[in-house]
Amino acid sequence: MNQDFVLDAKGMACPMPIVKTKKKMKELEKGQVLKVEATDQGAKQDFAAWANSTGNELVKTTENGEVLSFWIKKGE
Amino acid sequence: MTGVEEKKSTNIILFSGDYDKAMAAYIIANGAAAYDHEVTIFHTFWGLNALRKDENIPVKKGALEKMFAKMMPRGSESMGLSKMHFAGMGPKLIKKVMKKHNALSLNELVDMAKEQDINLVACTMTMDLLGLQKEELLDDVQYAGVAAYLADAEDGNVNLFI
Repeated sequence: MNQDFVLDAKGMACPMPIVKTKKKMKELEKGQVLKVEATDQGAKQDFAAWANSTGNELVKTTENGEVLSFWIKKGE
Repeated sequence: MTGVEEKKSTNIILFSGDYDKAMAAYIIANGAAAYDHEVTIFHTFWGLNALRKDENIPVKKGALEKMFAKMMPRGSESMGLSKMHFAGMGPKLIKKVMKKHNALSLNELVDMAKEQDINLVACTMTMDLLGLQKEELLDDVQYAGVAAYLADAEDGNVNLFI
């Protein structure tokens, strides 16, 4: 999966991955994709819920050992 | 979601002056701001201490107010734990654990809240009771009473009392 931006949130604890993601999303144009890497295991539920309620789309999630990757497409 | 849609809001009353409870309040507040909510934390009673500057501010006070000022923590990093305080050892231990897990300190969470434009409100009635003056609180604090809280809360989506 391709992305336009990458955010490294590895090692960050709640609520930082979401706070940093929100900040980063401001730089994106509609339809662009941000890849976020995180190690906070709560992030799985957090990103799904966050994308859903902020009008963005969680396109894909992968898990590679400790590292969770999320691809989020910017909505309107 | 369209641009004209009104923002949802989160309103938290921070009554507690415990470090751990204030941390919970500020984590939720920062999370809610990332959720695009308009977020307000109303600090009342012991929660006001989270807004205190950590240096000694010389202001005119009566004897009782002076005693209060001495006995209450000066700023978020001086607050005690609600459980396992162990005469001050508890906070030292928990801060060590927090560092290990990369969790933000309360001080950093307050800074993050300001950066995310969270409204930090101090209840003026309880400021009078505890003898706290505006000069002793952080600079970007707003001042209000119960009506202001209710006005925000009645249209709010998330309301918490901590």
